[in-house]
Amino acid sequence: MSAAVSIRNIHKQYGSLQALKGIEFDIQPGEFFGLLGPNGAGKSTLINIMAGLVRASSGSLSVMGHDVVGGYRQARQSLGVVPQELVYDPFFSVRELLRLQSGYFGLRNNDDWIDELLETLNLTDKADANMQDLSGGMKRRVLIAQAMVHKPPVLVLDEPTAGVDVELRQHLWEFACRLHQQGHTIVLTTHYLEEAEALCDRIAIVNNGELVALDSKQALLARCAERQLTLTLADTNIRLPAGLQEKVIEHDSNRLVLRLDKNVMNIGEILAAVQASGGQLVDLHIEEPGLEEVFMALTRREPRA
Amino acid sequence: MSNWHGMYTLFAKEVMRFLKVTIQTILTPVVTTLLYLMVFGQALEEHVQIFTGVNYLNFLIPGLMMMNIIQNAFANSSSSLIQSKMNGNIIFVMLAPLSVWEFFIAFTAAACLRGLMVGVVVFLVVWPFLEIPLQHPWLVVAFALLGSASLGAMGIIAGVLSEKFDQLAAFQNFVILPLSFLSGVFYSLNSLPELWQGISRFNPFFYMVDGFRYGFFAHSDVDPMISLAICTVFLLVLSLITLGLLHKGYKLRH
Repeated sequence: MSAAVSIRNIHKQYGSLQALKGIEFDIQPGEFFGLLGPNGAGKSTLINIMAGLVRASSGSLSVMGHDVVGGYRQARQSLGVVPQELVYDPFFSVRELLRLQSGYFGLRNNDDWIDELLETLNLTDKADANMQDLSGGMKRRVLIAQAMVHKPPVLVLDEPTAGVDVELRQHLWEFACRLHQQGHTIVLTTHYLEEAEALCDRIAIVNNGELVALDSKQALLARCAERQLTLTLADTNIRLPAGLQEKVIEHDSNRLVLRLDKNVMNIGEILAAVQASGGQLVDLHIEEPGLEEVFMALTRREPRA
Repeated sequence: MSNWHGMYTLFAKEVMRFLKVTIQTILTPVVTTLLYLMVFGQALEEHVQIFTGVNYLNFLIPGLMMMNIIQNAFANSSSSLIQSKMNGNIIFVMLAPLSVWEFFIAFTAAACLRGLMVGVVVFLVVWPFLEIPLQHPWLVVAFALLGSASLGAMGIIAGVLSEKFDQLAAFQNFVILPLSFLSGVFYSLNSLPELWQGISRFNPFFYMVDGFRYGFFAHSDVDPMISLAICTVFLLVLSLITLGLLHKGYKLRH
């Protein structure tokens, strides 16, 4: 089966700035794919090349087997893009915008699907409202409807939850998951790493125009083997065995924080050792490594000499 | 493979856009034209006769119609493009499977329609009060189409090149306005000194106005067939420049 999105040695040069330096990877059909990276890493440039909004300096990119330059009509038919900014045409109502967008894609009589989209996105009662009169969250949902109006197999969500409230964020997550379950390939760029961690099957991390990681979420998380154990003890004076003492990163009266290699050290053995040293356990908290730690490790900028 | 329906939708969207603000896009130019007629026509009617048997007020009408046609055609495509670029909603057209030809035809046709609508409304408003013959209707239509299409294309060029409203206003005020005022709307080329006659012959808007006026009065400064040829070449050149810019994605696809 051919890739939903195939990116081959993409370079993009803006004057003297090399925005993308030979990016190459595939996104498989039906994947929920995360594209992460700090600001200015090149994520948006890559998404824009995918959408045909930016032209690559060299390399090729295809969507559902169609080159975004040579087969731009089919590539664009296969792709829906929810832009990051809340952009809209102030002359038209929500329904008019969706009808126009359908028409641009050559679709006539698309009202049934438009009605379904409006209902799914809780916009039915706003169908005849002008975009200017909608809240930010509603505008965001209209952008999603516009991207979905031609039923594209691949949907790109560029920072869809930036600046939206918790309720809408949950709603958007549920909607994205539903689309994914229906077989759509979802490409998500986000600054919220917990969002990528919760939703994505596979993640690419771009930094400084280069691909620095491309792996399944589990494999990426496994890269960071250290977890943090916080113990609250009944007494303040406790002498730990030497092997354990060197794992302590914080000791604040009766609170003890240890950094442990989860592949080597077993929590049960540690608790037993603490109790054997006379420590009476009141509470414990384990913090597993998250995507944020992996992300920080991969994208940390070295200080310039 | 063409996306005819996509092209038609973009055309329809551009038409809907100007029809939603008809006071600004249709009514205002008509009122301005009537003011020109009142001021210039009334003030000069007794003193100026350019073509034998044609009073100055009647002489002014075709020129003012053409000036409105071309200015409004330019305003339609240029303002729509710059607004879409500034708002960011140009992205929805850029994401669609539309070719540069389809984009060009949709924008130019909508600009033509606005220009022609303004021209027709001006004609209908003054027609009951004045005696304007229509000697060669097909030439009137041909020059109206060539003029509005040329300025529609020019509007696309200006909209593409401009990054701010300010830059577009400069294009409008320093290129379109002088060329249309110096195109013989208010005078005949023969009434100018020789130097200005020579300079005016480099103004393509002059041939649009002169040929259009010939369609009404069967009088013109230049052979209408020469004007027709020059206007056709002008449209072709502008179309090539516009298509080249769109194909390159200049300031649209970075």
